[in-house]
Amino acid sequence: MTVRDKLMSLPLARQLTVDRRGLGRAAKSKGSESFVPRIRDAEMAQSICPYCAVGCGQRVYHRDGEVIQIEGDPDSPISRGRLCPKGAASEQLVNSPLREHRIKYRRPYATEWEDLSLDEAMDMLADRVIAARENGWEHDMEMDGGRAKLNRTLGFAHLGGATLDNEENYLIKKLFTALGAIQIENQARI
Amino acid sequence: MSSAEVTVIETPAWPDTYGSDAKPRVGFFTDTSICIGCKACEVACKEWNGVPATSYEFTGHSYDNTGDLGADTWRHVAFVEQRLPVGGVAEGAPDSFVAEAHRQEVLERSGIEAERDGEGMRWLMASDVCKHCTHAACLEVCPTGSLFRTEFGTVVVQQDICNGCGYCVPACPFGVLDRRDGDGRVWKCTLCYDRLGDELEPACAKACPTKSIQFGEHDELRARAQERVERLRADGLAEARLYGEDPGDGVGGAGAFFLLLDEPEVYGLPPDPVDTTRDLGEMWKAAGLAAGAIAAGVLASFAGGSR
Amino acid sequence: MPSLGTSFGRGGATDFQQDLQNSDCIVIQGSNMAENHPVGFQWVMEAKERGAKLIHVDPRFTRTSAMADLHVPIRAGSDIAFLGGIVNYILENERDFREYVIPYTNAATIVNEDFADTEDLDGLFSGWDSEHGVYDPSTWQYEGMTAKSAAGSRAQGGRSGGGEQSHGAHGAGLSSGQPPSRDPTLEHPRCVYQVLKRHYSRYTPEMVERICGVPREQLIEVAEALCANSGRERTSAFAYAVGWTQHTVGVQYIRTAAIIQLLLGNIGRTGGGILALRGHASIQGSTDIPTLFNLLPGYLPMPDAEAHQTLDDYIEEHRPPAGFWGHTRSYTVSLLKAWFGDAATEENDFCFEHLPRLTGDHSHYATSFEMRDGKVDGYFVMGQNPVVGTANSKLHRLALAELKWMVIRDFSENETAAFWYDSPEIESGERSPETIGTEVFFMPAAAHVEKDGAFTNTQRLLQWHDKAVEPKGDCRSELWFTYHLGRRIREKLAGSEDPKDRPVLDLTWDYPTEGAHGDPDAEAVLKEISGYRLSDGGAVSGYTELTDDGSTACGCWIYSGSYADEVNQAARKKPGQEQNWLALEWAWAWPMNRRILYNRASADPEGRPWSERKKFVWWDEGEGRWTGYDVPDFVATKRPDYVPPEGAEAEEALRGDDPFIMQADGVGWLYVPAGLQDGPLPTHYEPQESPLPNPLYGQQVNPTRQEFPRPENAYNPVDGQPGAGSFPYVMTTYRLTEHHTAGGMSRTVPFLSELQPEMFCEVSPELAAERGLEHGGWATVVTMRQAIEARVMVTERIAPQTIDGQRIHTVGLPYHWGGKGVVKGDSANELLSIVLDPNVHIGEYKAATCDIRPGRRPRGQARLELVDSYRAQAVEGSGPE
Repeated sequence: MTVRDKLMSLPLARQLTVDRRGLGRAAKSKGSESFVPRIRDAEMAQSICPYCAVGCGQRVYHRDGEVIQIEGDPDSPISRGRLCPKGAASEQLVNSPLREHRIKYRRPYATEWEDLSLDEAMDMLADRVIAARENGWEHDMEMDGGRAKLNRTLGFAHLGGATLDNEENYLIKKLFTALGAIQIENQARI
Repeated sequence: MSSAEVTVIETPAWPDTYGSDAKPRVGFFTDTSICIGCKACEVACKEWNGVPATSYEFTGHSYDNTGDLGADTWRHVAFVEQRLPVGGVAEGAPDSFVAEAHRQEVLERSGIEAERDGEGMRWLMASDVCKHCTHAACLEVCPTGSLFRTEFGTVVVQQDICNGCGYCVPACPFGVLDRRDGDGRVWKCTLCYDRLGDELEPACAKACPTKSIQFGEHDELRARAQERVERLRADGLAEARLYGEDPGDGVGGAGAFFLLLDEPEVYGLPPDPVDTTRDLGEMWKAAGLAAGAIAAGVLASFAGGSR
Repeated sequence: MPSLGTSFGRGGATDFQQDLQNSDCIVIQGSNMAENHPVGFQWVMEAKERGAKLIHVDPRFTRTSAMADLHVPIRAGSDIAFLGGIVNYILENERDFREYVIPYTNAATIVNEDFADTEDLDGLFSGWDSEHGVYDPSTWQYEGMTAKSAAGSRAQGGRSGGGEQSHGAHGAGLSSGQPPSRDPTLEHPRCVYQVLKRHYSRYTPEMVERICGVPREQLIEVAEALCANSGRERTSAFAYAVGWTQHTVGVQYIRTAAIIQLLLGNIGRTGGGILALRGHASIQGSTDIPTLFNLLPGYLPMPDAEAHQTLDDYIEEHRPPAGFWGHTRSYTVSLLKAWFGDAATEENDFCFEHLPRLTGDHSHYATSFEMRDGKVDGYFVMGQNPVVGTANSKLHRLALAELKWMVIRDFSENETAAFWYDSPEIESGERSPETIGTEVFFMPAAAHVEKDGAFTNTQRLLQWHDKAVEPKGDCRSELWFTYHLGRRIREKLAGSEDPKDRPVLDLTWDYPTEGAHGDPDAEAVLKEISGYRLSDGGAVSGYTELTDDGSTACGCWIYSGSYADEVNQAARKKPGQEQNWLALEWAWAWPMNRRILYNRASADPEGRPWSERKKFVWWDEGEGRWTGYDVPDFVATKRPDYVPPEGAEAEEALRGDDPFIMQADGVGWLYVPAGLQDGPLPTHYEPQESPLPNPLYGQQVNPTRQEFPRPENAYNPVDGQPGAGSFPYVMTTYRLTEHHTAGGMSRTVPFLSELQPEMFCEVSPELAAERGLEHGGWATVVTMRQAIEARVMVTERIAPQTIDGQRIHTVGLPYHWGGKGVVKGDSANELLSIVLDPNVHIGEYKAATCDIRPGRRPRGQARLELVDSYRAQAVEGSGPE
């Protein structure tokens, strides 16, 4: 580096040459020089907004297993890269300070939540479903002097689905129907 | 003015201090006639720029609960509820006169009175933002060089420099600059300076569902705005006007300008904003020349020029 | 939606959002599109830019109204009268698109001579059974046809909902194909056209003004705009949302729009249609693949205990003689093969017996009352928040307290998860955690970016989203949860000889898993949904490849083809800018990637475009096939002049100019002879809770509405009942742009919470003056169910109306708040009662009555006392203090 180059790299020197009042290039700070968009070089997944049914395209930028930005997908012919405030807030939905990452379990008549492992919870639920199903089972009913098969249980019910994926709803309907449950409902009813 | 006459408006430090590194001046044209008040701009801005959510209070100002531009609100949507006389009917459709004639005939035939004299509603919505003025007082008064004019002609506060002195706060004729509580520094719209570097659209403009907020090269946006306002006026919206677009105004024209459907005051905008340092400008120029004269002894003349 | 289903054949939006740009006139009613579908609204703005007229009909002046050329303020709950007024205008002035109406609708079909209209019976149709509170619909049939007895008897026996809704969904009620009696001159007094004309003859502009509070000239302006913008050269579109569905006559609201659109020739055409705007990412998908009690995937009905002991019984009832539902057996057998695999054989009816049978209404609200009575042990709540999101919050909390266990899966702890320690009943001392025996499992859910899968959007488009990151901690997808729950249950039951365990043990449940958590492969599930051949496991190309001999498996026949060519068609992401405006290579729409349904109707009977301007799909004589911009919604090679030979079945029994290929008679239904509980034609009834008498008929309310008259669901007294004066105001509930439904995905997000931080009510300056409400202050809103508080927004956007000399005020209530989240507030749903549409069991949330008073609500026990004081008036008959 020559002496002159060194001088030129000093803000004062630059100011004195091309930006004497320090309003433009001479004032540009180190922070500004290195100010690059955080999605540069991040990984990107194409997604769909989880809120309403317009179905806007989203680009989900992530790095090291963390979502760092969600914005509109300009490739979507429906949304053309645009989002509403909810869609634009999707990153904060995913990384919400209120989001829970652990199971919370409340015993009957208890006044507090307690911890429970996922494996234990799943095992308890399998038992509870089998028992509730048994308890609410209806094999058949009287009809025209004969018996009509019912093959169903009123022991457990389900609500939810409009925010879920089709594949999820499919497995829910398939499993619960095979278990004989009929009170399977979702937001569409509401 | 026809679009052909729109020219590049230079600012005191752009493009010349950047020489060949200067980029086209960019800005926002916010067409409030198609704003649906969704506030996607507010959220997209906050998410991209990490601006905190700070206020959770019902203001009662129509659907506006963020109040005003400030350190924690870089895009702000104003809501103005108005009563106004109902205009004509069946506007817009190409055959509206035919339809209207038929409607009148039906009204007559059925003995129904024509539309009552009455009042209608209007709900104006407008997304405000830092104007990125051509003559930016904030920039002129900043003693630390925190505020600067970027290679895109925009005005940005550099957080690694800002010491929170607050000189810029009263200097801004629009009340945009503001110190953040608990931080002390001044924060405002950067026109997504980081995104511009990678040729990404600013977050607010990208999100805007109806393209009420349009981002682009300043001269091109001005031409578009003029066409738009002319069209709206031709369609009968006599009050349609541009705000901040005129280089002859008190700030030399704004980098972010607006199409309004009423007086600026109605939207909470100053009717005649003035660069508070306009007279100071000459003094600074003199000082600059003096400094240049001193430096000339050290370095050969690299005569650049502030304008 | 059975309304769209009965009218056109399929329960989905007939159009797609981008096509709105081609409309010449758009009526948004029962929807606040700019606020609730802002990004979809860009296509309305595009239409406006091109000169289209935009009309918004709504009780409130909203952000949608602000963009409209015309806002029509209508009294909440009176839309059928308004739309009926448009029908009347069209018919009185003969403005219907006659060349479309005669061949493409049932206008010419002659109706049974025993049919009697509401005009004849003061608001009832013929067949009313006052003892059971239901209709026998047999007299509604076309002349020369008999209604299927099974449907009738089931309607009498109780509302199983299964048959009705699915009948409705595909018009299977006809006992043979082409109707025998038609009068193409439309002069026969009993042809549908004339029946329609008589039915709506009293829906005059003056009557509309009396009922809706809409100035008569505004009705004419809207009607004229629609007429002027329909026909060969022009098309008009309707967009609606839950502002239409959430009424005790909600299905009939949409039916009225269907009548208008058929009369004006706007169905199946570009820029036309009826766009159902759905509020959740996959609410269309959760109906297509239904987590609904009365349906199996693809709108196949759940079997009924009395009527469907065997597969043959079931097919017999649900297979009409013509149209694509003629293949009901193929769809059903392929579903059974998908579920029960090798166990499903011809000999055992393909395990049809494995399916549980319905006997009545098992919908959400009916189940909640069962729960309240202690009859349900367990409850899975997945991505729902019923104590905020559904009517009569308190009833739901009381019901949850009677469960043995509840699983709630969500992102954060919501009001439903917390019901046992944080609720108004805990605050008032009515309940305490120590008295609530419900075991609660709160399980954190994976977000959309943490799983692969597809949402079906409002225009029937299956759009795949890729997993970006792994969910953290115990967060899991519902796919993971359901799969592993099923796996564990099957392991626990393995080897069982109990017949009731047979179905779940026979289930095909061997999805490949992947990743650290053992997530099932969502694409493998999609392939099963789309269908495959059992011979070689290869994906089928679409539903026309499905068979009834057990050689194909298909989990949802309408989604068949979404995995055609072994390609995840829903995951196609060819950029929109590289395609034309239909963007057929972006994702995949059911059925068969068609974007506008019934698009055969975009051409005239001879197959020529109605006009160059509205050219869309047409017959190419040279190629011998239908061609155009979209995938033809028709047999591609069926000539326009095709006439079915004797004995033809299914689609072959439909003519070449029958565009509605799911309907047994191939036409759009102005008049619905079978399939709806509350009549063949939409009729104005007042809401359950209304401040006004019905000026049209002695029959005040939909006679078939579903009521639950129980103490915890008391209805506000109405005109003539003691205490009616205590609830003088109309209330309506709605959403805001800044929040999402019950708040679980918005009140947990700071950026959204600060935009609308507090529960508020909207009232006019006049009402504020009348009740002493102060702008920015507090008000208490009261019904027989509950009292809630809200900040007061005094605004002229919610104008009072003068109806028959009476000043009617409306209180507007957004419903997003609850006791959890970044911002908290009372829930509007606390106020609402449960009273339902008889066809779909959806509640009336858009129109009810209330009182409003200044100040915050009382706390604790005093809150109960306030509500009790109103309840006392309902008995004693004077107003409260």
